[in-house]
Amino acid sequence: MKIIVCVKQVPNTTEIKIDPVTNTLKRDGVPSIINPDDKTAIDVALQLKEKHGAQVCVLSMGPAQAENALREALAMGADEAYLLTDRAFAGSDTLATSTIIAAAIKKLGADVVLCGRQAIDGDTAQVGPQIAEHLGVPQITYAAAIDYDEESQALIVKRQFEDRVQTLQVKGKCLITVLSTLCKPRYMNVWDIVNQDEKEVGKITFADIEVNPADIGLKGSPTKVKSTATKQFDKTIETLELDAESAAKAIVDALKQRHLI
Amino acid sequence: MAQNIWVFCEQRDGEIQSVALELLGVAKELATKTGEKVGAILLGHKIKDKAQDLIAYGADEVHVVDDKELACFLTEPYAQATAQLAKQYQPSVILFGATSIGRDLAPRLSARLKTGLTADCTKLENDENGNLFMTRPAFGGNLFATIICPDHRPQMSTVRPGVMKKCEPDYNRKGEVVEEKIEWDKSKFGVTVIEEIKNDDSCDIDGKIEDAKILVSCGRGVKDVAPAKELACKVKGAVAASRALVDVGVMDHSRQVGQTGKTVRPQAYLAFGISGAIQHLAGMEESEFIVAVNTDKSAPIFKVANLGIVADAAAVIKNLNKLL
Repeated sequence: MKIIVCVKQVPNTTEIKIDPVTNTLKRDGVPSIINPDDKTAIDVALQLKEKHGAQVCVLSMGPAQAENALREALAMGADEAYLLTDRAFAGSDTLATSTIIAAAIKKLGADVVLCGRQAIDGDTAQVGPQIAEHLGVPQITYAAAIDYDEESQALIVKRQFEDRVQTLQVKGKCLITVLSTLCKPRYMNVWDIVNQDEKEVGKITFADIEVNPADIGLKGSPTKVKSTATKQFDKTIETLELDAESAAKAIVDALKQRHLI
Repeated sequence: MAQNIWVFCEQRDGEIQSVALELLGVAKELATKTGEKVGAILLGHKIKDKAQDLIAYGADEVHVVDDKELACFLTEPYAQATAQLAKQYQPSVILFGATSIGRDLAPRLSARLKTGLTADCTKLENDENGNLFMTRPAFGGNLFATIICPDHRPQMSTVRPGVMKKCEPDYNRKGEVVEEKIEWDKSKFGVTVIEEIKNDDSCDIDGKIEDAKILVSCGRGVKDVAPAKELACKVKGAVAASRALVDVGVMDHSRQVGQTGKTVRPQAYLAFGISGAIQHLAGMEESEFIVAVNTDKSAPIFKVANLGIVADAAAVIKNLNKLL
């Protein structure tokens, strides 16, 4: 079984501040990390390798510095790492990004693709399912548990919804997005930290993959950012003054909308 | 030319989800501006009779696919059905609820239809030409971006539940119900359901507070904790307390939230009569959704609350028990 884990290097958003003068994000000095859901996906792949045997390959699209995230994955125990990087990829939205990553996965070949559910810098959760569509393989998102049944040669996945859990079976190639609650990712181990230095992080560029240049980068992205604002109109709802009856109704509505009751 | 505003109307066990009705509300506003119709897509098994509800909430036409392949939500059959209808009718917009279903289906579909998708929108506006302006939070809500999809149709977006307003239902409203048949390509399904289990709804108010999905937490503003326990049972949660109630012996120390108690991260933290000293906030501010009820408008708990209400906590608990 060959597993490709898609990872993204993201700024640690809990440390991001807004510049009050320019109204832009202050990214300077904000540390970069492996996106938490993706880190769990790496661990899941390594667990499958330990239990059932697999080759674990990590793939990241990003600038040169994303190599650090891939080196960390190697130090966790991944076998191979590839950085998908090219100026032609810049400005890609989720659809264009998924087109590029899917082309790289086709080139590398994979039985199972694992992604994190979503990245903390964008929170879209779109790239995983879009890659699955480009690859023409089934997807399972929001995975809360993944196991491999050797007898039926199928992956058994617990798929989390707000109000229920499905146990799903998938045979053959597939893409699964995992929740960070699935497991606590392991630390890098000393042996692998030393060894990763010897490993190459492969570079994949535009020239190495089969994509139509019209489908990638800024011009290949159907969505465009029209404007940005730092006004926070929904983060915290303003404090309401209500009578007890209306207050109770507002609470019940809010809990129902979130499928909590 | 692409036209009409469509809403993917999510149902679970035959029950139309609240977010679908909210989306019909906003779709109606958008369609009024451009003179388009509101279309609803209703997929499921034995759900035909729900079409009238969708019309009452603003749909002009409902495309129903009633098929046993759609009994449980699975990505591929739902994607095939939606894609076939979208290709046939060419809507200009398709809206989905940003639920674990919408956020699974919509991206798959956007790649299939080769169009853009904007996630988790909190605001939707359009111009007379039908261009949609989709506003969404980014970077953990530190920034809001307005996204457009100028050259591709349909324009697709997932929208957060609870943000848009439903219309008042009008059961005299007329609309068209179209029953659709889908040409399945079952070779692509790939995934089978072994079992589907609804979340355990048993009541364990004395369960560990770290494990509870909902915490009903009481502070000094709640004199009698019995109604709070009743509420915890009704919402299938557990009871917790601030240090004030633990110190006076009303609640056990194992239920205390905060620096000298436990750190909790439930899906909903309901703080009743808790002012929110920094030591308390440290133990609960990571909760996914925080409701605070307190008579003191300046209480620090309101700074971390998603829904803050200035009211008497005991009276609100009493009303909640009546409602639930």
